[in-house]
Amino acid sequence: MIDSTYILLIPLLPFLSFLLIGLLGRTYFPKQCSIIGTLSLFASFVISLVVAYQYFFQIGQVNGIYQKITAFKMVWLQFSPNISIDMGILLDPISVMMLLVVTFISFMIHVYSMGYMHGDPRISVFYSFLSLFTFSMLGLVISTNIFQIYIFWELVGISSFLLIGYYYEKPSAVAASKKAFIVTRFADLGFLVGILILSFQSETLDFQTLIERLTTDTEYLNSATTASFFGFSALTWGLTLVFAGGAGKSAMLPFHIWLPDAMEGPTPVSALIHAATMVVAGVYLVARLFPVFSISAPEALNIVAYVGAFSSLFAAIIACTQTDIKRVLAYSTMSQIGFMMFALGVSGYGGEEGLGYTASMFHLFTHAMFKALLFLCAGAVIHYVHSNEMNDMGGLRKLMPVTHITFLIACLAITGIPPFSGFFSKEEILLAAYHSNKLIFAMGILTAALTAFYMFRLYFTIFWSKPFKSHQAETAHHGEAPGTMLLPLIILAFFAAITGLIRFGKYVSSDGAALISELHVDFSIAPVLIALLGIGIAYYLYKKENDTPQKLATGLSGFYKAAYGKFYIDELYLFITKGIVFNLVGRPIAWFDKNIVDGGINLSASTVGYISETIKKFQSGKVQDYAIYFFAATIGFVLLFIYLWS
Amino acid sequence: MNEIGLEHLLIVSTCLFFIGIYGFLTRRNMITMLMSVELILNSVNINFIAFNKYLFPDKLDGVFFTVFIITIAAAEAAVAIAIIINLYRHYKSIDVNDAEKMRF
Repeated sequence: MIDSTYILLIPLLPFLSFLLIGLLGRTYFPKQCSIIGTLSLFASFVISLVVAYQYFFQIGQVNGIYQKITAFKMVWLQFSPNISIDMGILLDPISVMMLLVVTFISFMIHVYSMGYMHGDPRISVFYSFLSLFTFSMLGLVISTNIFQIYIFWELVGISSFLLIGYYYEKPSAVAASKKAFIVTRFADLGFLVGILILSFQSETLDFQTLIERLTTDTEYLNSATTASFFGFSALTWGLTLVFAGGAGKSAMLPFHIWLPDAMEGPTPVSALIHAATMVVAGVYLVARLFPVFSISAPEALNIVAYVGAFSSLFAAIIACTQTDIKRVLAYSTMSQIGFMMFALGVSGYGGEEGLGYTASMFHLFTHAMFKALLFLCAGAVIHYVHSNEMNDMGGLRKLMPVTHITFLIACLAITGIPPFSGFFSKEEILLAAYHSNKLIFAMGILTAALTAFYMFRLYFTIFWSKPFKSHQAETAHHGEAPGTMLLPLIILAFFAAITGLIRFGKYVSSDGAALISELHVDFSIAPVLIALLGIGIAYYLYKKENDTPQKLATGLSGFYKAAYGKFYIDELYLFITKGIVFNLVGRPIAWFDKNIVDGGINLSASTVGYISETIKKFQSGKVQDYAIYFFAATIGFVLLFIYLWS
Repeated sequence: MNEIGLEHLLIVSTCLFFIGIYGFLTRRNMITMLMSVELILNSVNINFIAFNKYLFPDKLDGVFFTVFIITIAAAEAAVAIAIIINLYRHYKSIDVNDAEKMRF
């Protein structure tokens, strides 16, 4: 057992910097905010490194199996002797890995933002939001309790909302932030119901107890699997609903519509939240509950697999047609998260069977590196060109040599060309799918080919294609991005290139025991060749500016238009909400409210008004009228007493 | 010629009372209304004296009440006239219909 108090500093340092910058920064030290935020993140990152070293090499293993260690636990709300909401720190391979990833990427983004957001008048607000996000995300990954994860889940959602809407003068950014919040909130409803079902069945909120009770043969498991609703057991329903929450955060079908719009936020935010960390929270959640999914509810795991595979293919097709570079990257993120999801979906529990789990976490790790890098490169390009549109770019390789090389490395990594990191994780995923489900494997291969195509379409269009035309005169003082932006690019490129060589299975596996996965050279030939084919097609079409892509698009007009319009999912949702829900539910209820409810109140008010209007004439102000009333009443009472008393 | 009995006195006082009421309700002049109130009070006085004399000849309660009522009537007349004078200063009139501002 390690002395755990200092682990608390990892989430608390960003939180303190959030408070400091958010409360005082704007007034007292607007210039130093970025430095404070970055330093606190750096400290967090160093502590995470120490924790990771201690966990993986010193105390984590007992008899070759990585343990789950509750390093800190505090009862926050006690409902009953069994059920309480705790705040705590759970250390296990995936949470330690996520601590590293989140602090590292967040640190890189903080450094990068110093250059990217330079001169922005609201930079202190930006840095306080970034710190808030980092705190929430760190709190999420170390949760010991399913309710703690829910609390931080919502905190992550709100900080994402704040950061997407950072440019609040832009109506599109405001709309995008609202959309992201509402869509994910809608999905979180499923998560909450799922939590309630799971905790009702297992009578606990604690992760470890919950997993233990729902995987071993106990009365809890029996009642959870026998209670049936619409043909599925309560456990399957609970897990599927929890997965729905995860799908909302991770932009899986059908909750993906917010992610492309979320690109309205500043680019570093897209890199941090909508590529590397927050959007993988759904994957992390499924991985956290993986034993329950795998052992007790294979149907729910199947849903995860198919949703993941389908989202992945779906997003890859759309990504081929988009022209906004950040949107292309957003769809590619969705596609890669689909990869992680279906890797979990096809995985089994324990031993060789658990390859998919390891592969998924591995891909999460490498994806965080290369996708953050891609976004940061895109940010550098946008910083230079002042446009998100592909068509405004081209021929930038001479003008931005560092960005060019790092972007190329990231593209090779995401495409899965050896020896870059994406190759190793993607091959493992495909291998796991191959052994378990051939249909999903086929979808995965197709997606991998499309990934190669659209990534290199992006690469060739930005850096080759036609020569760069606009603002030539300005280039003298507006060359490559500043050093604070280039440094994270270089560091991330380094890690994107080499992290694949880590023997990931040794540290992270479904049951904690080391999983030694050999590189299957004969298996990986085919996917690499397919990826190379995708690159070749992109090279042929986009290396030089020509009209072949245009012809191709015209040739496939119907399908191309559908993909360009993102398969009209947004329009479908708009139709359902505006056309059906508003008209059939909203308007009748509004009518009822306006006419029946308000009408009832108005009726009573006007009745009272009418009556008082009538009787106020009795108060005439004339003394003699009052005297008449008085005598009349007296006579009335007298008559009353005389005739009715006895 | 019969002796004057209780009924005669009660008839007189009832007449006096309703004459007072009638005057109070119909006269617009505030002084006249005050006089009508005095008529009402005096009819009550006659009642007290008559009941005292015919029903409880050995007691003086009715006479006491009458003396009190006469005293209070004097005080009341003073207050009422003060009010009337103030109203007169305000409206330059002692018509009761001019003083009808105190209403809704």
